[in-house]
Amino acid sequence: MSLIQAKDLSLNIHNQKILNNLNFEANTGEILGIIGESGSGKSMTANSIIQLLPHGASLRGEIIFDNKNLLNISEDKMCNIRGKDIGFIFQEPMTALNPLKNIGDQVSEVIKLHSNITLKDSVKMAAKVLQRVGLPQEKFPLTRYPFELSGGQRQRVVIAMAIAIKPKLLIADEPSTALDVTTQAKLIQLLKKLVSEDDLCLIMITHDLAVIAEMADKIIIMKEGEIIESGSINILKKGLKSVYSKTLFAASDYKSKNINKISSDKTLLEVKNVSRDYSDNSISFFKSKKIFKAVNNVSFNINYNENVGLVGESGCGKSTITRAILGLDPISQGKITLEADEIKAENVDNEIRKKIQVVFQDPFGSFNPRHNVFKLVSEPLFLQKEKVKEKEKYELVEGLLLRVGLKASDSKKYIHEFSGGQRQRIAIARSLIVKPKLIILDEAVSALDVSIRAQILDLLVELSENFGLSYLFISHDLSLVQSITTKVLVMKSGEIVEAGETADVFKFPKHEYTKTLLDSSPNLQKALKKL
Amino acid sequence: MLQYFVRRIVTLFFTLVIASLVIFVSLEIIPGDPASYMLGINAQEDTLQALRQELGLDKPKLERYLEWVKGMLIGDFGVSYTYRAPVIEMVSDRLWVSLPLAVYALILSTLISLPVGIYAAANRGKISDLSVMGVTQIGIAVPNFWFAMLLVYLFAIILRWFSAGGFSGWEAGLFLGLKSLTLPAISLALPQASILARVMRSSLIDTLNEDFIKTARAKGLTQNQALIKHGIRNALIPVLTIIGLQFSFLMAGAIIIENVFFLPGLGRLIFQSIAQRDIIVVESVIMLLVFSVVIVTFLVDVAYVIVDPRLRSSIL
Repeated sequence: MSLIQAKDLSLNIHNQKILNNLNFEANTGEILGIIGESGSGKSMTANSIIQLLPHGASLRGEIIFDNKNLLNISEDKMCNIRGKDIGFIFQEPMTALNPLKNIGDQVSEVIKLHSNITLKDSVKMAAKVLQRVGLPQEKFPLTRYPFELSGGQRQRVVIAMAIAIKPKLLIADEPSTALDVTTQAKLIQLLKKLVSEDDLCLIMITHDLAVIAEMADKIIIMKEGEIIESGSINILKKGLKSVYSKTLFAASDYKSKNINKISSDKTLLEVKNVSRDYSDNSISFFKSKKIFKAVNNVSFNINYNENVGLVGESGCGKSTITRAILGLDPISQGKITLEADEIKAENVDNEIRKKIQVVFQDPFGSFNPRHNVFKLVSEPLFLQKEKVKEKEKYELVEGLLLRVGLKASDSKKYIHEFSGGQRQRIAIARSLIVKPKLIILDEAVSALDVSIRAQILDLLVELSENFGLSYLFISHDLSLVQSITTKVLVMKSGEIVEAGETADVFKFPKHEYTKTLLDSSPNLQKALKKL
Repeated sequence: MLQYFVRRIVTLFFTLVIASLVIFVSLEIIPGDPASYMLGINAQEDTLQALRQELGLDKPKLERYLEWVKGMLIGDFGVSYTYRAPVIEMVSDRLWVSLPLAVYALILSTLISLPVGIYAAANRGKISDLSVMGVTQIGIAVPNFWFAMLLVYLFAIILRWFSAGGFSGWEAGLFLGLKSLTLPAISLALPQASILARVMRSSLIDTLNEDFIKTARAKGLTQNQALIKHGIRNALIPVLTIIGLQFSFLMAGAIIIENVFFLPGLGRLIFQSIAQRDIIVVESVIMLLVFSVVIVTFLVDVAYVIVDPRLRSSIL
């Protein structure tokens, strides 16, 4: 008898089909991976198990957990199962904790709630659990508040709450997606350790096939609320059957068409000894100001027609340097030159702006929702000295939309009518309209689903070949940089620790940090070899 | 922490200085001569001159400003032009009506509105929520003086539980004093409570959509437990802001209600003084109100710090 078994599970929300006839099971000591892209229903599957569903939801079928059908259990009894028999870990560690309560209170709360012990004992137990997930008392006292912890540490607190009283089932909904790769690697290790030590059943939900391949015993591939394929993890190696699974696999193992272009020796952008200091804002009469160097003496060049990658984890200073190159933030020392002009934050004239364009990470937040696509894409044209006629503008915009794989008629639509991938295509069209020399791609594909991501990367490669563009491709994900750049810079704590030809850096990393990054980065091929 | 409060108090001081300047200058600009108002339109020029001299109106403006400020610092607010009585006495008599009334109304409105707001948020979208919100809509829309008259009609004229107006004075005892302030306080509290309940509700609903509430539910807390233990305190910050603003309004804005109930409060005093060009009284009362607003704002800031540990650490 398996610990949890879903039979013909269907979910409707306001009469809209979300999940359709799901059947799966998982046993004690097993890791079940549920994989799918956004909108596949994988999170809703998790929410269905713990019966925390949005208003207007109706579930049909059976979820047999520990010989009880959870669908027939009263809400009161369900409250006793949640947190006690089923632990839950969420995706967003930054918001999953109550900002006003310290971590000791938050962990001991779940212990106190489900066991008959005194408050004092529950606090003692909380300390033990936190120690177990890697937050020892000496360094992380119980009185810490969530805002005093990093994302990875917060996620450990969430895990501590979930495993505090040894549940039988642990559900983790994208637990490492919002974290840096090195932090992610450590968290995955921790989860695996907990599963084997406590003999847990873990349902791991993610969009990242490489992560699943590294840890799961069984796998379910979902699309649009249905299970497309399922079986032991070996099906990844032996070969998947359905078309969708194959596409997903190929996209996760993405290798772009080789970039086929020769970059020139002439320098387009020169960043020379650039530093950026921040001082803390508090006014103090007694202490000297603390100075924090976000970027410390960074130098690099980008040549004409060259794709350069900039890799680093959150807080390494890559965004600061981007903003400096765009002339949005001042620098403390050093010099940034584009062709013959120096970029200074106080006065970047339109002629310089015309040469650099940017595509941001968030395809939802980087457009004004009240403007139609034509206006959004044509807006940078005001940088042009000579006025462009309205009719020519239309021709330009429509041409570019076709070029990035959209329809000419899309120019009359508004941004909410597009999917994330399409929006990113529009952002690329917008960046191309003034014929720039350099495009900064700031985590431009990070928020996209893998299959969409592969398409956008292909598009970027093709455009850079055809338009003779240079890219500064900024990402926390090494595998993406590998496929699209010829030169790569690795950044840590405001400094560039390694730089070189992309192929060399990946094959023979010199710096310790680069090696750690490469090891931590989930890699499908590597994981498959271990199976 | 101490540093933070020192800094706040310094800002507070400068706010008061600037406010005093603005009050003084703007009242100088307003046309109308207190002396001619007091003596009537038929007064002789030399009599007027003599009175101006007596009141100190002929001195240079800067000197008068400095004297006014110096006086306030030692508790001497000057002498009313019209009543020839020390301003401090007139004001403190009135203050003992207005301040208790404002506090009374604020306590009532907070006690009513927070539970109502929480109840509505907990039952959001249901009939009970909709009807509670409908009532608060009416509470905001109804003019409070009209509501006051209804209260008088019901409780004073029909039921005869309260008197229709006037103030017994605190000498008659705390109970009688509070009793004569009850109907005015209820009429003041109604619109305030309605606004506050709506703020509480929407703030709490926002909080309930946060991820950490889902975490709390996943820990096994029931809906109501999650709301009480994790929701309310997080929802309180905007509510505190509104409470602070409402108190300032209640101190000075009770004038219509004071008139309905014949209460000798600050609102009526300031109204009369303006009509009589009793500038010294106007200046002092406004200054007093500014002072109370500044203090309340300060207290609200302290309350933020108590509620939110993030603020606590940023000021350490």
